[in-house]
Amino acid sequence: MITQEKTTENAHTKPVLEQFAYDNKIVRAFMIATTVFGIVGMSVGLLAAIQLFYPLFNFETSFLSFGRIRPLHTNAVIFAFVGNAIFAGVYHSMPRLLKAPMFSKTLSWIHFWGWQLIILAAAITLPLGFTSGKEYAELEWPIDIAITVIWVVFGWNMIGTVLKRRERHMYVAIWFYLASFVTVAVLHVVNSFELPIALFKSYSAYAGVQDALVQWWYGHNAVAFFLTTPFLGLMYYYLPKAANRPVYSYRLSIIHFWSLIFIYIWAGPHHLLYTSLPDWAQSLGTVFSIMLIAPSWGGMLNGLLTLRGAWDKVREDPVLKFMVVAVTAYGMATFEGPMLSLKNVNAISHFTDWTIAHVHVGGLGWNGFLTFGMLYWLVPKMWGTKLFSVKLANTHFWMGTLGIIFYALPLYWAGFTQSLMWKEFTGDGFLQYPNFLQTVTQIIPMYVMRAIGGAIYLGGVFVMVYNLWKTAAQGKFIAEEKAEAPALKKNVRVTGGHWHSVLERKPVLFTVLSFVAILIGGLIEMVPTFLIQSNVPTIAAVKPYTPLELEGRDLYIREGCVNCHSQMVRPFRSEVERYGEYSKAGEFVYDHPFLWGSKRTGPDLHRVGGGEYGNSWHYKHMYDPTTMSPGSIMPPYPWLLKNDYDKEGIKKKITAMRTLGVPYPAGYEEQAVKDMEQQAQAIVADLKKDKIETQPDREIVALIAYLQRLGTDIKEKETPSEAEATVTE
Amino acid sequence: MFKHYFELVDNVAIYPIISLTIFFLFFIGLGIHVMRMKTKHIEELEQLPLGDDDIQPSNPSMP
Repeated sequence: MITQEKTTENAHTKPVLEQFAYDNKIVRAFMIATTVFGIVGMSVGLLAAIQLFYPLFNFETSFLSFGRIRPLHTNAVIFAFVGNAIFAGVYHSMPRLLKAPMFSKTLSWIHFWGWQLIILAAAITLPLGFTSGKEYAELEWPIDIAITVIWVVFGWNMIGTVLKRRERHMYVAIWFYLASFVTVAVLHVVNSFELPIALFKSYSAYAGVQDALVQWWYGHNAVAFFLTTPFLGLMYYYLPKAANRPVYSYRLSIIHFWSLIFIYIWAGPHHLLYTSLPDWAQSLGTVFSIMLIAPSWGGMLNGLLTLRGAWDKVREDPVLKFMVVAVTAYGMATFEGPMLSLKNVNAISHFTDWTIAHVHVGGLGWNGFLTFGMLYWLVPKMWGTKLFSVKLANTHFWMGTLGIIFYALPLYWAGFTQSLMWKEFTGDGFLQYPNFLQTVTQIIPMYVMRAIGGAIYLGGVFVMVYNLWKTAAQGKFIAEEKAEAPALKKNVRVTGGHWHSVLERKPVLFTVLSFVAILIGGLIEMVPTFLIQSNVPTIAAVKPYTPLELEGRDLYIREGCVNCHSQMVRPFRSEVERYGEYSKAGEFVYDHPFLWGSKRTGPDLHRVGGGEYGNSWHYKHMYDPTTMSPGSIMPPYPWLLKNDYDKEGIKKKITAMRTLGVPYPAGYEEQAVKDMEQQAQAIVADLKKDKIETQPDREIVALIAYLQRLGTDIKEKETPSEAEATVTE
Repeated sequence: MFKHYFELVDNVAIYPIISLTIFFLFFIGLGIHVMRMKTKHIEELEQLPLGDDDIQPSNPSMP
């Protein structure tokens, strides 16, 4: 029960209505940005999709090769397309829910231009090969700092608005916005601990297993708190708006919110099942992932049931059509996610295109369609007119839906097919398909169909742009919407009510509690690996990389090899047979950053070193992969044969690695260049035996050195401590 | 790097138990609270996004 104690004399007078206006200009700016970057991001995705069956489209230039284009695609769609859509929705819905304009127009515009500049920086640096090597966190340290600053501006603007609101209670959408802000800030900062060594080069502060754990704690929660919770906020606002009826159950939305933010943060390790991550952490990830079904489906049903009694509207209103498919896609993806987190399912799905299909059901269906629904609803309102063509919107809807189906189904098929081929044994106990390439060429038709699906989906977006353009042209932009509401009286003390109602009135306390909720999960997940030595058994034979290998590793990172090649042999008979001894946690202790990868478009490389493939094989293979593996879809890397690596830079790198805990002896950086030259000379001499002439300071030489080192530490000599390490696992 | 500091924490194993207890109690509390919320208050809250349609200004150039 809420009681108001009126302490002023004019308590009996009518509340004074305050006049104010909602700013639509900033909303329009973010809407344009999401549309433009949607098209850019999806086009780059289409290019990457085509490269997978037509390597010619790598254009033999470093800037457009798949390893650099793929992170450009993911960054563009996640942070530019979805990011700007979130901001458009927040800047539109938040003032209206709180009956107050955004806190500061200046902050709004700093946020807008800052974010677009970050996107621009990403679009320039990623094709240039400046990357941290960590998935969805590829941007280098100066951009990481810029993201932090702009993100704080966004949060400041939101919390400022909340504080000067005229509506006492914060609607559930606002909670989702605030929690997203707080969590993304924590995730981004923790995962971005890195040691800069140059303007656009840094090393992750974490190594190996710990880096993997931090990265996927971040990576999974980027999905959770960038692609999901802000969009749930948008769903809770725009779906009732579009259907013109309140959300099905507000009670359920409260439970939905708290359980989602409490549970999501624990689920990250499901990206690392069967890897060298300690078992307890893997199990923790699985358990919490299964638990996630409950809040996710609670939220999905809450969305769909909002339309109870209004399903006839869904037949006519394109906005609702898009939203229904979006929420349905959310439901499918959040059921599939937990299923993929079961170890037995993950054993099949992981490293295959199944994962790609899964994320695109979420990305194209949930994020894409909710954004489109929101835009179709917003543009007519903001331009004071009606949608130019409902027919075109329906065309877009069907193109989008068919696009998703054509995209996802072939990739599910491809994922299953390839995984089963990897695991197939002959009656005599040999691998049925010992050549990895056989399992790739098998699924190329699926890659073609996926690109067709993506093209249809992108075509639909162009239809939308035309439709919205015409809609805007026939109306007149309403830059400001006037509104009025009584102020919240500061001298009115509201007391009582349930504790959660109290919470809803106290935004700062609310934000702090959300922060605590997500922090507990993160800490419990990560602290033990830092704390308990036995979680990462050390292996005496594992030594730091030589300077040349370290240089080669940086080239491996620059070219984005990790996008297609894992370095993680899982403990399955089929993988040990194909690649060699399974990977041990202790083998990665000097890996800043870890390069386990998440997808095998090509074979695993953890045991590629020392033997089977000679230096000349690698040399020729990098120049043109099809000469060594006819039918290979790997892009050629001719520039590695021409360019020189930076020999003097190695000093800084060795020093940086030592700072991070890699045991190079003191003063070793002075000797590093000499050692580098020596090792390079040996490789050059070996290549010469196969009639290949090259120089010791060519990039290819460093890369070969790194590839030949991979996984050899425990191959070379069986030491007692290594044997012990195997036993402890 | 900073694992050294965690090693100094005594009885660190109690933390997971404490957090589980916090979670459990929080959700029990949340469940009870949600059950007991007054329907009238709920109706007020769920109307929040719907209230502002009347302040859409009419546009003279609208067809």
